[in-house]
Amino acid sequence: MKAFAELIVELGTSTKTNEKLDALSHYFDSADDADKVWVIALFSGRRPKRVISSSFLQLWCMETANLPAWLFEECYHTVGDLGETIALLLPPPQQQLSNTSLSLIINKLVEIEKQEEAAKKEFIVNTWMQMDKDERFVFNKLLTGNFRIGVSQKTIVNALSKTVKLEPSVIAHRISGNWDPAATSFADLLGEQQQSIDYSKPYPFYLAYALQEDVSLLGDEADWQAEWKWDGIRGQLIKRNGEIFVWSRGEELMTEKFPEYHAMKELLPEGLVLDGEIIPSIESKPLPFALLQTRIGRKNITKKNLQEAPITFFSYDLLEYNGDDYREQPLYKRRELLEQIVTSMNHPALLLSPVINFSSWEQLAHIRNSSRDMGAEGIMLKRKNSTYQVGRKVGDWWKWKIDPLVIDAVMIYAQKGHGRRSNLYTDYTFAVKDGDKLVSFAKAYSGLTDKEFAEVDSFVKRNSIEKFGPVRTVKPELVFEIAFEGIAASNRHKSGVALRFPRINRWRKDKKPDEINTIEDLKKMLEVYGK
Amino acid sequence: MQLIEFTDRGLYCRTGNFYIDPWKPVDKAIITHAHSDHARFGSTSYLCHTHTGPLLKLRLGDITVQSVEWNEKVSMNNVTVSLHPAGHIIGSSQVRVEYNGEVWVISGDYKTENDGISGMFEPVNCNTFISESTFGLPIYNWKPQTEIFENMQQWIKANQQSGKASVIIAYSLGKAQRVLKCAAAVTDKLFAHGAIWNVHQALVNAGWDLPKIERVTPEMPKDKFKQAVIIAPPSADGTSWMKKFSPYSTGICSGWMQVRGNVRRRNADAGFALSDHADWNGLLSAVKATGAEKVFVTHGFQAAFSRYLNEIGIEAAEVKTEFGGEEEEQEKPSTNEEQDKEINTADDNE
Repeated sequence: MKAFAELIVELGTSTKTNEKLDALSHYFDSADDADKVWVIALFSGRRPKRVISSSFLQLWCMETANLPAWLFEECYHTVGDLGETIALLLPPPQQQLSNTSLSLIINKLVEIEKQEEAAKKEFIVNTWMQMDKDERFVFNKLLTGNFRIGVSQKTIVNALSKTVKLEPSVIAHRISGNWDPAATSFADLLGEQQQSIDYSKPYPFYLAYALQEDVSLLGDEADWQAEWKWDGIRGQLIKRNGEIFVWSRGEELMTEKFPEYHAMKELLPEGLVLDGEIIPSIESKPLPFALLQTRIGRKNITKKNLQEAPITFFSYDLLEYNGDDYREQPLYKRRELLEQIVTSMNHPALLLSPVINFSSWEQLAHIRNSSRDMGAEGIMLKRKNSTYQVGRKVGDWWKWKIDPLVIDAVMIYAQKGHGRRSNLYTDYTFAVKDGDKLVSFAKAYSGLTDKEFAEVDSFVKRNSIEKFGPVRTVKPELVFEIAFEGIAASNRHKSGVALRFPRINRWRKDKKPDEINTIEDLKKMLEVYGK
Repeated sequence: MQLIEFTDRGLYCRTGNFYIDPWKPVDKAIITHAHSDHARFGSTSYLCHTHTGPLLKLRLGDITVQSVEWNEKVSMNNVTVSLHPAGHIIGSSQVRVEYNGEVWVISGDYKTENDGISGMFEPVNCNTFISESTFGLPIYNWKPQTEIFENMQQWIKANQQSGKASVIIAYSLGKAQRVLKCAAAVTDKLFAHGAIWNVHQALVNAGWDLPKIERVTPEMPKDKFKQAVIIAPPSADGTSWMKKFSPYSTGICSGWMQVRGNVRRRNADAGFALSDHADWNGLLSAVKATGAEKVFVTHGFQAAFSRYLNEIGIEAAEVKTEFGGEEEEQEKPSTNEEQDKEINTADDNE
């Protein structure tokens, strides 16, 4: 556990990708195989089942450290992370520090999952008292199940490729998909010969960068294919071994959530992998993301759900056909074959994401302006002879999004952030005018530079009016331009609207609070874009 | 009437007609230590410890200062005043005020661990204790200085091995001198930012025995800093002034580094939770050692600390002051222009 805790500390504080890479490859060089499997699993979002709710951890920590609940809360708001708060508050370790390995600790967690609360408490408190601060932090992260580490999959793959004799693209493929770290050995996962076949395994997604420069710098229009950029969930639709699998880009297996796709099981040819967008649509017209959300979080899907938000698949790439990997083929060839397959299937839930015909960049720019009418958030540009690469790569694929919707608003509430923003007011609530009152309509956490956050933080501290737990009401004085991707009616929000992906576009130091937008302005936007 | 009143100019003793660390100009100011949030400009006369005198002159210029030793009794209108070591920085003192058998002690800033430079904190018996609370939450529990120094020395050596300089961010008065002693044990390639060098010179002129350190000047060639240790104030962190030390690693020394989020937010390669303030247990033990019946808690986590004291049976109340080091003002945005006028700015709030 010591080595793993050190790795986490290094990854948490190193500011350069190369340092993270070195820390990881150093770890992979020296750790034992069982631990390595778990580290790969944890860093790719697979985690042991939660054995205990965090309120018990809090309780046991308070007991052990002999602290009142209000003081624990006060500390938690300052630290901004429960696992770290507990690690800092526990008394110093009393026993000889034991260095139990990561995998042993996880096995033990699996073992106590079914046991009584008292047994869990005994194990957890004893383990705490044999650990130093960093180990406790990591252990608490395992217990609370939110292991968010600022390392991209690319970095992990690159670090592994220094120890394992496999191509990075092969490693990326092997560590993706549906494998259980408790039942997989390092050799199974990354041995030169793969032991078992996982039919569900998706390919690593090829991701596009946002186009920042003038589009004409991409060169000859004829080299490029344009498509709409949809606002759904990027996904892979897989048919292998007589079964259907649907993966999201977040590497979540979503097959069960979308019965619409099951109907294709007989129809799709064996050994097929399509890349596309999981999106609700009626007569090929996409529905707002808010409707997709009604389907994602739900365990039991009702008939009404199926009617109101019928899920379809807008396919735009072909990665495997007849069991053969097509990713090295140029895009135009993959597209040709994709069109043949999808057309011949003729299934209402399986659609072809259309190619946009254009003859000049000016014309395409013009077409792009109609993105919102199409239910799209911009245009994708893909080089016609590009291969299907792994991860985010510059050069062949670009997303060319339309400008977001914007509205000027005033900040009225502030709350301290988490992680690197702990103890700093970085989470804000914004309001627009409603007559001579203010009505809150959006929360935003991002979009300012560290320096601006520090400035706003200092304003909040000097101008807070009231304190409600961690929230401060703030003198309505600072005006910000809030950008968002979509707007929908909502009866859960006071303002009657819900925004999609709101963030701070810029700080309008030039504007006074009485110059902000009104609730009527928002309602007009809802009228135009929210249907 | 309270012996010490809380006024809009600062802590005031009406009977003795003097203020302690006033934040507005007054006739007679007793100064606990030379950090700019406690030692402000404009008062007619100042009284402080002999070690604080030269630092006060460095920061406030030509002023009238009376310097006294620790435990030396001064009488003002029948009020007896004496200074006692606070262990915060060089010369830092608690102020003991006695009138008609009633004793108040004003802590200023303090730490209970002996850092080998600032003097050993002396618990002073009193009826009423006014305590700071910069780190008044139980998440703040410091490791012993020797352990932190070992970590820092290892970090410097590791940087040297990978061909990097070590830039250590520390407040110019207090932390910088501690860090200098720590770094001098592993290297003699020691450099200081101008702000730190000015304080260093004032201390050396006053007779302090400190390791040799060179001032960074614009003419110095880049290769001079290879694998060296450079000590810089927080306002220099992340500015172009640091470019010429490249390749380097940055280590920030501050009690706030106890929390990971702060290390990450400051983009530091390393954070050392080295503080000139008492941690939670230090505050508690100091309060208990005074035997005070009543405690006033100032700058820091005063609400939490005073509530806790009340719960363990020590009567306490919070007092709002204009001293820095508060939870609320721990990080001020700094600009590039500030780095050269650093010496007279409030860089002392941890």
